[in-house]
Amino acid sequence: MTVRRWLGAAWLAGALLASGPALAERLITSVSASRVLITSSYTGAELVLFGAIERDGVSISRSGTYDIVVTVKGPAGLFTVREKQRFGPFWVNAEQAKYAEVPGYFAMHSSRALSEVTSEPLRERFQLGLEQMVAARGGAGQSPQRIQTFHEALIRLKKDSRLFQANDRGVVFLAPNLFRAAISLPATAPLGNYEALAQLFADGALLATEKSDFEVVKTGFEARVAQAAFGQPFFYGVVTVLLALGFGWLSHYAFRRD
Amino acid sequence: MQIYLPIAELPVSIFLILGMAAAVGFISGMFGVGGGFLMTPLLVFLGIPPAVAVATGAAQIAAASTTSVLSYWRRKALDVKLGSFLAVGGMVGTVLGVMFFNAMRRAGYFELVLVVSYVTLLGSVGGMMLFESVRATFFPSRVKPKRPKRADGRWWFETLPAPITFPQSGLVISIVPVLALGVFIGFAGAVLGIGGGFIVVPALIYFFRVPSAVVVGTSLWQILLTMMVATVLHTVTNQSVDIVLALILIVGSVIGAQFGTRAGQTLRGEHFRLLLAVLVFGVAVRFAIEIIVRPVEPFSVVQQEARQ
Repeated sequence: MTVRRWLGAAWLAGALLASGPALAERLITSVSASRVLITSSYTGAELVLFGAIERDGVSISRSGTYDIVVTVKGPAGLFTVREKQRFGPFWVNAEQAKYAEVPGYFAMHSSRALSEVTSEPLRERFQLGLEQMVAARGGAGQSPQRIQTFHEALIRLKKDSRLFQANDRGVVFLAPNLFRAAISLPATAPLGNYEALAQLFADGALLATEKSDFEVVKTGFEARVAQAAFGQPFFYGVVTVLLALGFGWLSHYAFRRD
Repeated sequence: MQIYLPIAELPVSIFLILGMAAAVGFISGMFGVGGGFLMTPLLVFLGIPPAVAVATGAAQIAAASTTSVLSYWRRKALDVKLGSFLAVGGMVGTVLGVMFFNAMRRAGYFELVLVVSYVTLLGSVGGMMLFESVRATFFPSRVKPKRPKRADGRWWFETLPAPITFPQSGLVISIVPVLALGVFIGFAGAVLGIGGGFIVVPALIYFFRVPSAVVVGTSLWQILLTMMVATVLHTVTNQSVDIVLALILIVGSVIGAQFGTRAGQTLRGEHFRLLLAVLVFGVAVRFAIEIIVRPVEPFSVVQQEARQ
């Protein structure tokens, strides 16, 4: 009887494995907030992505360690990088390169250096790294020789404003199968939908991926002001003017000496 | 203390902006200029998007000039008729300016247009005023009685058709140059986020020979009318007026303007003109340096705006 039950359980497990994904590992992730609310005191936000690596009991354990790469992408847009050049006595924008579908916010956190996580061809394929991400989005309008300079300029400028981030130690393992990544949004990070993609690597091979989403939205007063400005622009303009006249008038009487 | 600006979409230090607005307000009250030519560049320097800085500046100038207009009104030191005629031209110019502003913004040339216009406009006006006032201040004996290119002592444009009497200024002048000046100022105001006071004041003094006593008040009255229209036009056409930023700027500048107005009354005429000239010319030089000196970071990145 006991033997038959065990056999039955094994058969069931086998059937489940066959119908599910062929991979032995699964990722479960969750971001600490599904919605970042912009209020008048907003100066950016700190979120945390938690993740667990779930393994089925059947497959043999791996000899190597796990690597996690967490990529956070904000709303994408078309960016133009311009270079100032000397034109007579003036420095003016001359050459430019365009980048399509570049995330307005892009952070790449990994448990160790990306070059150690996986091979160069795979990094290129999965766009692991700022250079890889930018290179995949073109740089239209530039010669191949100069393109690298524009790639670097885009990364440098975005990194300076913390809209692009790369951190080799950004993913921390709390336990062998439990990890955490801190997501830091600067105040200038664009509004809209964000996607946090976690990728599990072992021995340079991608084993599993998992997406979680969150959004950055204005709320309360900030949202109402933006709605008014875009929804009823004339009314908004008149209110602004009346406010200006009112304050001007008020201060005249408040400070009057005669 | 940081506050998030809902339209500019970034947080700013409330005290920094207040202090800056007070300083600009002081200068604006002192010289009867809107102060936009200082405010807009300062805002851009703080990271406010140029479009928001220009459009929001219009609202702040309206507030600052309201306060000053009331002061001049009480002392009857303003020519309502002349200012209103200038404003009519100004409104036409503003509409043209906002259209130009939006076209340039779409084409991606806005920053360049802004810098070049600032340098040309401030440089030429400031340079001219500087030359005049340095001569008047340091070599008063050499200054010949200003003017007349013609026998009757009038500029050629004063006798164009449709003359109008401006009793307050004691002026009889053709409507054409008055309206033309208004159009030009309205255009410059909408594009550069300036009231145009630094153009109106010297133009009224040098070209129209308006008595010094009413020049500043008249200029402010015209600025007030023009900026009211500019604010509404900016909100309707490009939604880039940030009401929170406007409020901070207004509070700071109206306070500063009070002290500036008093300080201005104690200044002597030629010193007044010299100081204003130095200020205007200084801003022009500052902008010129920006495009003449080799930039530390030659690259810049902008996001293409989604078109409706």
